[in-house]
Amino acid sequence: MKKLGSRLLAGPYIIWIVLFTVIPLCLIVYNAFTNSDGSFTLGNVLAVTDYVNAKPLFLSLNMSLIVTLVCFLLSFPLALVLSRYSSNKNSIIVMIFILPMWMNFMLRTLAWRLILLNNGFLNKGLGILGFNPVYLMNTKAAVILGTAYDYFPFMLLPIYNALVKIDKDIINAAKDLGATGFIILKRIMLPLSLPGIASGIIMVFVPSMSEFVIADMLGGNKVYLIGNVIEQAFNSGYADVHLGSGLSLSLMFLIIISMVIYKFFDKGEGGHGLW
Amino acid sequence: MANKLIELVGIKKSFGNKTILDEMDLFMNENRFLTLLGPSGCGKTTTLRIIGGFEMPDCGKVLFEGRDITNTPPNGRPFNTVFQKYALFTHMNIEENISFGLKIKNKPKNYIKDKVKYALKLVNLDGFEKRMPDSLSGGQQQRIAIARAIVNEPRVLLLDEPLGALDLKLRQDMQYELIRLKNELGITFIYVTHDQEEALTMSDTIVVMNKGYIQQIGTPEDIYNEPQNAFVADFIGDSNIINGVMLEDRLVEILGTKFKCVDEGFGNNTPVDVVVRPEDIVLTKPGKGIIDGRVVSAIFKGVHYEMEVEACGFEWLVHSTVLVEPGTKAGMWIDPFNIQIMNKPESEDEEIFIEE
Repeated sequence: MKKLGSRLLAGPYIIWIVLFTVIPLCLIVYNAFTNSDGSFTLGNVLAVTDYVNAKPLFLSLNMSLIVTLVCFLLSFPLALVLSRYSSNKNSIIVMIFILPMWMNFMLRTLAWRLILLNNGFLNKGLGILGFNPVYLMNTKAAVILGTAYDYFPFMLLPIYNALVKIDKDIINAAKDLGATGFIILKRIMLPLSLPGIASGIIMVFVPSMSEFVIADMLGGNKVYLIGNVIEQAFNSGYADVHLGSGLSLSLMFLIIISMVIYKFFDKGEGGHGLW
Repeated sequence: MANKLIELVGIKKSFGNKTILDEMDLFMNENRFLTLLGPSGCGKTTTLRIIGGFEMPDCGKVLFEGRDITNTPPNGRPFNTVFQKYALFTHMNIEENISFGLKIKNKPKNYIKDKVKYALKLVNLDGFEKRMPDSLSGGQQQRIAIARAIVNEPRVLLLDEPLGALDLKLRQDMQYELIRLKNELGITFIYVTHDQEEALTMSDTIVVMNKGYIQQIGTPEDIYNEPQNAFVADFIGDSNIINGVMLEDRLVEILGTKFKCVDEGFGNNTPVDVVVRPEDIVLTKPGKGIIDGRVVSAIFKGVHYEMEVEACGFEWLVHSTVLVEPGTKAGMWIDPFNIQIMNKPESEDEEIFIEE
């Protein structure tokens, strides 16, 4: 009886996930493999290979890889510094870095617009300092900047958590055995924080792969990502639910495949052989 | 005579406004097993970390063979450390763990291979090269930590409560193992523990510490038989610590009764602390001992019975292999040689706490 009771507790969530995830997913799969007249087709799923769709797909892939790399390069050194503070102080400092997450992300992206606009804060500041203005608005760089800013905490937190968990005596032991800063970083800190780095990469790469709102707001119509293509397919005047579903399914498939490949490599490195 | 290997001169260390070590002087000879013993917070681990180079003293000097190494980083000192919680590199296998230090020193491959093999043999873990630390038991991990330290051929091995996390039986086995290792390697061991039995079993020299001060330095026999103050007497083994008055040489008054003893030079009518080990009290028939008392309780402890005997308003702790039933009367006799007289602590700093 008790077993049944505790299982029932999961009920609301199961209803939720069935209504809003499982059923929509089934609809997408159904739509992806059918025409507007309801007959079976592979055209929507294979549409991703058309040049018009493949180009934004590769742009998305390219940009989310850059975003992930930027986030990692920003997070790891910061996490390294933060993990060295005493636990009372660092929770406040970590809070400061996490604070932007509590603000709606549309607002955050809008703020970047105000900064990057041709007569925005950035160029006003540069003007005061006597520099030439930079025109970042509606470029790839702006979208990368905005996306990296939005997803940065998702990279920072797991890496920070992994680094904090490393026992100080492990570092001391490495020092004791003659290791200096760089060797400790390369052979101890980096491999021991790999699980954190891995989840950070997944948490940044996957959502930025299907990103389209930031591209809309900071890229104008100059930066056209696979997310934008799918959004157009569902929302524009000449909406094609079937094409949108097909593209979504392809994108999902691609992300799953990249995760599998990634997991494979991660396992290889996580064990040993980093020497 | 062995020469001074490591010397600490006037070491002071405080964290925040809490003083951990105050004006500590200590030296260690070559090829000794030296133990820093004391309750938690007495500064023993801090002392070890200062020797190892992981903490900087606020003032004072650390000398190695007369050379000042106070500002030398850990990797510049010919010491290696075995850490409390092993601190093995969990992402490397045993061979990579042990060879870590040698690889950094760019030793040739064959040399490293031989050394790893030798170290594993020394700690009785042949053939463990490819295992991962997580797959080993606590005792085995501890041995690997020792192997990882000794392959570097340190002049001094620093051990920070290395057996603290092991169960009793394993701990006793490892104690013998460490003595054997020390004799085979012929290097100095500096060992930190709060376990007096561990200290008595393994050490050549014991340094008893409390509240940042050295209370007594001596061989295990000295420390146990001739404690210099009530703290040492209480911390090492069980003991009866009683207020007494030294009437004259070789005569002390305890709780209104005069006892013969062998100590001299305390002056006349001087208040002192008197220590009697519970196993040194001999129970007799009533009236046959020096004082009479009544047995209050008796607990079987395996080797002996632990009894509390009330006499002259004091509960004496007595160890005896012969049981005297609680409630019955008994006499107590103490050999004058087994009555240890100690001066009362002079200053606040030396003030002793006695935990009951």
